[in-house]
Order: sequence, then structure tokens, then C-alpha cells
Amino acid sequence: MNLYAIKAIYIFEMSRFFRTLWQSIVSPVVSTSLYFVVFGAAIGSRIDQVEGVSYGAFIVPGLIMLSVMTQATTNASFGIYFPKFIGTIYEHLSAPVSFLEITLGYVGAAATKALFIGSVILLTAYLFVDIQIQHPLAMVAFLVLTCTSFALLGFIIGIWAGNFEQLQLIPLLVITPLVFLGGSFYSISMLPPVWQTITLFNPVVYLISGFRWSFFGTADLPVGLSLLAIAGFTAICLATIAWIFKTGWRLRD
Amino acid sequence: MKDIVQVKDLTKRYDNGFEALSGVNLNIREGEIIALLGPNGAGKTTLISTICGITQASAGSVKVDGHDIVRDYRRARGMIGLVPQETHVESFEKVVKTVQFSRGLFGKRRDDALVEKVLRSLSLWDKKDSKLMQLSGGMKRRVLIAKALAHEPRVLFLDEPTAGVDVELRKDMWEVVRGLKEQGVTIILTTHYIEEAEAMADRIGVINKGQISLVEEKNALMQRLGRKTLQIELAEPVEAVPQALSHLPLAAEGGKLVYSYDSQSEHTGITGLLNEIRDAGLHMTDLQTRQSSLEEIFVSLVKEDA
Repeated sequence: MNLYAIKAIYIFEMSRFFRTLWQSIVSPVVSTSLYFVVFGAAIGSRIDQVEGVSYGAFIVPGLIMLSVMTQATTNASFGIYFPKFIGTIYEHLSAPVSFLEITLGYVGAAATKALFIGSVILLTAYLFVDIQIQHPLAMVAFLVLTCTSFALLGFIIGIWAGNFEQLQLIPLLVITPLVFLGGSFYSISMLPPVWQTITLFNPVVYLISGFRWSFFGTADLPVGLSLLAIAGFTAICLATIAWIFKTGWRLRD
Repeated sequence: MKDIVQVKDLTKRYDNGFEALSGVNLNIREGEIIALLGPNGAGKTTLISTICGITQASAGSVKVDGHDIVRDYRRARGMIGLVPQETHVESFEKVVKTVQFSRGLFGKRRDDALVEKVLRSLSLWDKKDSKLMQLSGGMKRRVLIAKALAHEPRVLFLDEPTAGVDVELRKDMWEVVRGLKEQGVTIILTTHYIEEAEAMADRIGVINKGQISLVEEKNALMQRLGRKTLQIELAEPVEAVPQALSHLPLAAEGGKLVYSYDSQSEHTGITGLLNEIRDAGLHMTDLQTRQSSLEEIFVSLVKEDA
């Protein structure tokens, strides 16, 4: 294992993050605040409670998930796409590193950034609503797993993308709709029965449900199922990445 | 001398059927500077990319100090430094940071003293905190060399190191490369500039259409293929070679006679020629000899292949 390589990539990626630290903090804080103003104050005042939780608090886990998934994906995809785009990828390809080390470096950094932003949003939420976290350890575990698995997905997107439009495509057209339709702002029990069934095909539903359980102790779906879903998603991403590096797909001629 | 890089039957065929390398065999000796010459599209960069792991070979094998570049890629690549042709850099990164990054990527512990030594040897130390985007093209190339040297490679590949670099900087670069050779680094460079190969290389390889058409000691190559000409300037112009001298390989060009000979042969025939010129009653004002340059040799080699 080339630990120095993992460290080098990780530090390099994190230093890019710290160069733009203020942007990294300000934009999630502003957008979260907007969600609270719109959904929490304006609309939420007309919604009593969802499953015994005030609506403002109810949307906190979904909001965190929305940002964390988007941030993990875009950070990881940009991280690996950029060296491809400017040509510095030659160094990674000619270095004595395996796919595992490159992945750990990039995905580790992207997951760290997403985790950081998730924490910032959680702290911002405390300014607006009262939240009690019933299962803090489970909450952290869900957060870390979500950051990691979506960073893995982003890493695949970054390798696949041939231009900047494709880089934006999946987060915009796939992740954001799945998160919005995945019960970020509502409980799926509020949907008509047909849509409840259809929603179960959305993998994000399981993540948000599990994450919400760690906050309030209630969930749309069993927690075990949520864990299984996120483990399965991570495994699929890892297998895809292993295949990519084995064949050199989109990396080596 | 030991062969540090052994390339055997290396073939690279792209999906579209284009064969960039067709069974290349090449042994590179430890400690030498070998220059690979070839026209555009000959396969120089593909050869380097394949040895360094950027491109996957379709067939054949490469060993670096006995380590196969596929099976034992960690050890093989750990010994190689690569300076690519294009000056791709992370614009916002600082010089010293990017060099430290390269060292880490190649699995070496951080060593500030070594990085300082490398940067100083390339006259980059006073630029260590500059962002890469602030550097000139020539300076960026030096940074790429520093990055390639940061993990103390034993073999250094320089793909067109002086392309687009001004004359003065080119001479500096040659000094850098010679210094590396003195430290025992084996250097493989590709170049368009024959002058560069002539000035630096111990051996010359000519690559054309994906094949190595020749590898030879530079001096031997120049001597073997290098025809010499003797130009004899005459006091009074002659229109044709005088009858008495017509048995010699002479040509008349206005005010001078041109004699071609092989400088390697035992009898160049120069003494006889001069005697006969004197006997023919011609007066000489000047004599010049000229050896054909590597460039002329190269052009004739590539033409023969075509």
C-alpha cells in the first residue's frame, strides 16, 4: 500500500478546498437558511406536525442529505475530472499507485468536504429549529456512509465525463430529482399508495429514512433496510471503480 | 554495461486499427543518454507513454531493471521519472507544493532537503512560492523536470524537453541533463532537434512508422554514415573538371572543386588529389573539409524507409 500517495492526493485535494473555504461555507449556509425561511416559516406554519415532529425540524435530515449528496458527488467528480481535463493525470497513471490508493485519496477528500458541509448545515439548522438527535452515533454513521458512497459515485462520473456538461449532468438530472422525490421534505406515508410503491425504487428514500430515524427515532422504512441499501450502493460503486482501473476505461489508451 | 530498460516486441494498436508501435525492440543501458529521433507521428511519445504506464501495450513486454511494467508495476514505475511533452500544470498550486506532491505520489516520505536540492539544481528555488500560472513556459518545463526528479528516479524520460524553449534556455536545459547523467541517471530523450541529439546523446535511436530502424553510438553513426567533402577553392575558375583529374570523384562548382570521400577508409586519396591538382597546374587559394551533420544522416535514413 502506497500510503504516501494517498496522503499526497488527499492533502492536495483538501488544499484546493481550503483555498476557497469561505465559498465552501457561505453557499450551503445561505441555501439552507433559504430553505428554512421558505419551507420552515412560510409553508411550515401551515403544516402542523409530521409523525410527531414539527415540520421545520422534520426537514433538517433531508436538507443535510440533499447538500451532502450533491457536494460529495460534485467534489469527487471534479477532483478526478480536473487532472484529466488539464492533462496532469499523466502523473497518476505513471506513478506506482493502485486504483485503491487513487480512489482513497480522491474519495476520502471529497467525503471529508461533504461531511464538513453537512456539519455546517446542521449547525445552521440549530439557529432556526429545536432538534434533538436521538441516535447520535447512528447519525454520524449514516452521514459518513452517505458522504463516502456518493463520493464514490462522483468519482465514477468524473472518470466517465468527457466534458464539463457531462460532469454536471448526473448531479443535476439524477441526484437532485431523486433527493427531492426521496422524502426530503415529506414523509412517504403522506403519498397515495401507488406512489408509495414507486418511491421504494428510489434508493435515496432508504438513506433519508434511515438518517431521519437517527434524529427522531421514527422512519418510513426499517433502519436495517436503510443500512443494507447504503451498503449495497457502496459495493456497486466500488466494483465499478475496480473494473474501471482494471480495464483503464476512459483513463488509459 | 547493464541494460536498465529492456523493450521487447512492443506493439501498440489502437481500437481504430492504427498501429503506433510495431514490434519495437530496444535496450537502454544504465547511465547513458539515448536520443530517440523520428518525424512527427513516428511513435516516439507512444513508446515513452507505454513504458511509463500511461498507455497499455497490445503485445510485447517492457522490463525496468528486471521488473515487468505490468506485473511488477510498483517497482518498475518507482524507478522512472517522466517529463511529458506538454506543459500541463496545476495553475493555482505553488512550485514547492507540486514537487512535494509528486514525491508523495511516488510513495516517498516527505524530504524538504531533497526537494530544495532539486529546485536549486534547476534554478527554481527563488520561485518556490510562486504559483505555476505565474511562470513562463520554460520555467514550467523546469518544474515538470523537478516533479519527475522528486522521487529520485534512476531512469528519466524527457519527451521533447526543449520544444518551444528559446535557444538560451535550451542550452541551460542541456547542462541540467548532463548534470543528471553525471549523477548516474539514465536519460532517454526524444527530440526534433538533431542538434540536440548531436550535442548530448551517447547513442541515437531512429524511430519511424512505429519501428526502431537503427540504434547506434552517436560517434560511430556519424562516422559510418558521415561522408566528408573537401572543397578546394581555385585562384581561377574552371568550367569542368580538368581532363587529368577526371578519374577522381570530383565535381566542379564555378571557382571550386569538390571532392567527396569516406573519412573512415584507410586511403582517403587526399594526398594524391592534391599532387594531381598541382601537376595539372591549378592554383589553390583555400581548402575546407566538411562532415555531414546528423540532420543530413537522419533525413537520408527516414527517406530510405519511406
